[in-house]
Amino acid sequence: MPHPILETTDLTVRFGGHVAVDHITCNFNAGELTAIVGPNGAGKTTYFNLISGQIPVSEGRVKLNGTDITRMSVAQRTHRGIGRAFQLTNLFPNLSVLENIRLVVQSKAGRGFNILSMADSHAELTGPAYEILERIRMTDQADQVVSELSHGDQRKLEVALLIALDPLVYMFDEPTAGMSVDEAPVVLDLIAELKTRKDRAILLVEHKMDVIRTLADRIIVLHNGALAADGDPAEVMASDVVQEAYMGRDLEEALANV
Amino acid sequence: MLKTLVSGDTPRSPILLAVLLAILVCLALAPFLFPGVRSVDTAARICIFIVLVASYDLLLGYGGIVSFAHTMFFGLGAYGVALASSRMGPGFDSLLVGSVAGAGLAALLALVIGLFSLRVRAIFFAMITLAVASAVAVLVSQLSSLTGGEDGLSFKIPRALGPAFKFMDGEIFGVKANGKLLKYYLVFISCFVLFLLMLRVVNSPFGRVLQAIRENDFRAEAIGYRVVHYRVAATCLSAAIAALAGALYAIWLRYVGPDTTLSMEIMIDILLMVVIGGMGTMYGAVIGATLFVLAQNYLQNVLSLAGESVSALPFLPDLLNADRWLLWLGVLFILSVYFFPTGIVGRLRGK
Ligand SMILES: Nc1ncnc2c1ncn2[C@@H]1O[C@H](COP(=O)(O)OP(=O)(O)O)[C@@H](O)[C@H]1O
Ligand SMILES: [Mg+2]
Repeated sequence: MPHPILETTDLTVRFGGHVAVDHITCNFNAGELTAIVGPNGAGKTTYFNLISGQIPVSEGRVKLNGTDITRMSVAQRTHRGIGRAFQLTNLFPNLSVLENIRLVVQSKAGRGFNILSMADSHAELTGPAYEILERIRMTDQADQVVSELSHGDQRKLEVALLIALDPLVYMFDEPTAGMSVDEAPVVLDLIAELKTRKDRAILLVEHKMDVIRTLADRIIVLHNGALAADGDPAEVMASDVVQEAYMGRDLEEALANV
Repeated sequence: MLKTLVSGDTPRSPILLAVLLAILVCLALAPFLFPGVRSVDTAARICIFIVLVASYDLLLGYGGIVSFAHTMFFGLGAYGVALASSRMGPGFDSLLVGSVAGAGLAALLALVIGLFSLRVRAIFFAMITLAVASAVAVLVSQLSSLTGGEDGLSFKIPRALGPAFKFMDGEIFGVKANGKLLKYYLVFISCFVLFLLMLRVVNSPFGRVLQAIRENDFRAEAIGYRVVHYRVAATCLSAAIAALAGALYAIWLRYVGPDTTLSMEIMIDILLMVVIGGMGTMYGAVIGATLFVLAQNYLQNVLSLAGESVSALPFLPDLLNADRWLLWLGVLFILSVYFFPTGIVGRLRGK
């Protein structure tokens, strides 16, 4: 029986007069991968920002495992199990690839205030960081400085940081955008692998229909900041609501043009 | 073993390694290699400024935090030792109490300023530190009954650190074995230990978080680090170490005054030393402080020598007049920033 890990109730944010996220009430279950679609500017990234706390909400609540986290700081939410990969790559550019991941492992282990030991001497932090690198197939680049990586590799590392964090709620914001055809599968395989973890909820903003078809258990459609549709991927894609939201165009066609 | 001593942070450049070793040997053996009063005094200042500048680098180069209150913290340590020694009488206990109290007070003040302003924005912190530092400087010169005002305070230090105290029949390798020699080694060893401590801090898990925050505070927060807490902790640590450097400076000079510790001029010197040496490297503090203090002390001599050698020519002697040393220091600074934007250490490491 799936139970909701994450609940958003009437979640709303206004920028001046513009309502970017409009009373979204939605639950996300453990063991479920939800694809979030909608044209550019629909409010998908902003919805994520409200959940992970980068932007304060104007109205509504966010609950994680029944606890209200609406007023918590970003770092507090992270420690409770909200994790986020960003649409625009958001790394530590002058640190090495391994260090970027090690920092995440270290945060999870609560070792940030360890002030008198050598960072490199912590095998219990470096080891897991290396394992993540192996999973993302970037061990060769371990010591490379992030700013020297190709765009595709930076996108991969962006995802790797979230995998290293291993939160209860995974939020991917267009993870494969800007990746080459042979890079994207590595990331998609990792996300597919996460689906076997039945105690995690996965939220995935994605435009590619074939990806949604293979990965998603459920799809929600955002339109002008509001929840326009929610349900089984095949049904939603064919539904009238969506056809209407996209002004008569087929969803796939509409999304293909964003 | 050696690698552990430098916390795995090796110089990573043969030239840099050679330069650092040369500085270390010169400072470690300064009383024997350069036995003049003035040269030993210069060596002690170099030691102290290395620690002061490195503690500023911890804040600026690693934490990405701009502070103008570093001389204030430096001064707190110095005044702590001076006040403790003049109230409690000369003694090692006074020195210890003064240093610890100064460092504690510096950390406390940094905590208050940090909690108050670092929550908002880093630039706000810079402005607050400027305001507080100016206020404290005014306060110190006004409270002359306590601080000696503009004249400062001269005080006595334990006899064992003075020239009258002799040991080993009064001579080692032709150098006077007196309390002054002991005092130099007190300064040198304290500074050496403090420097290695900071090298450890910046290479610790905590130090890596600071670098992450400097690189991208938004993402650091998103992976679970409370950015404000780390920034405040770094500020406190840096303030306490600056205060300890100040305490050593006061012990060395047996004097403390606004000009030797609190002035904005020293604050600017610290900034220049960090930038010349290379921010965010720790070793940059060593190079920057050494070059700068040497230039400060000997540029006048070099200039007057140069001035004499060209005395027959027109115009040049004027330009090379010893009084122009500050101008030339400025020129050296501009050149070094122009040619080594990442500092000397950054350049030597090929960045
Ligand atoms: N910080 C902000 N300030 C003002 N407007 C914003 C801000 N963030 C997003 N918006 C606006 O909110 C709307 C939704 O943006 P976004 O969530 O990025 O859309 P999506 O990710 O679905 O493409 C857009 O019109 C955008 O301009
Ligand atoms: Mg977006």
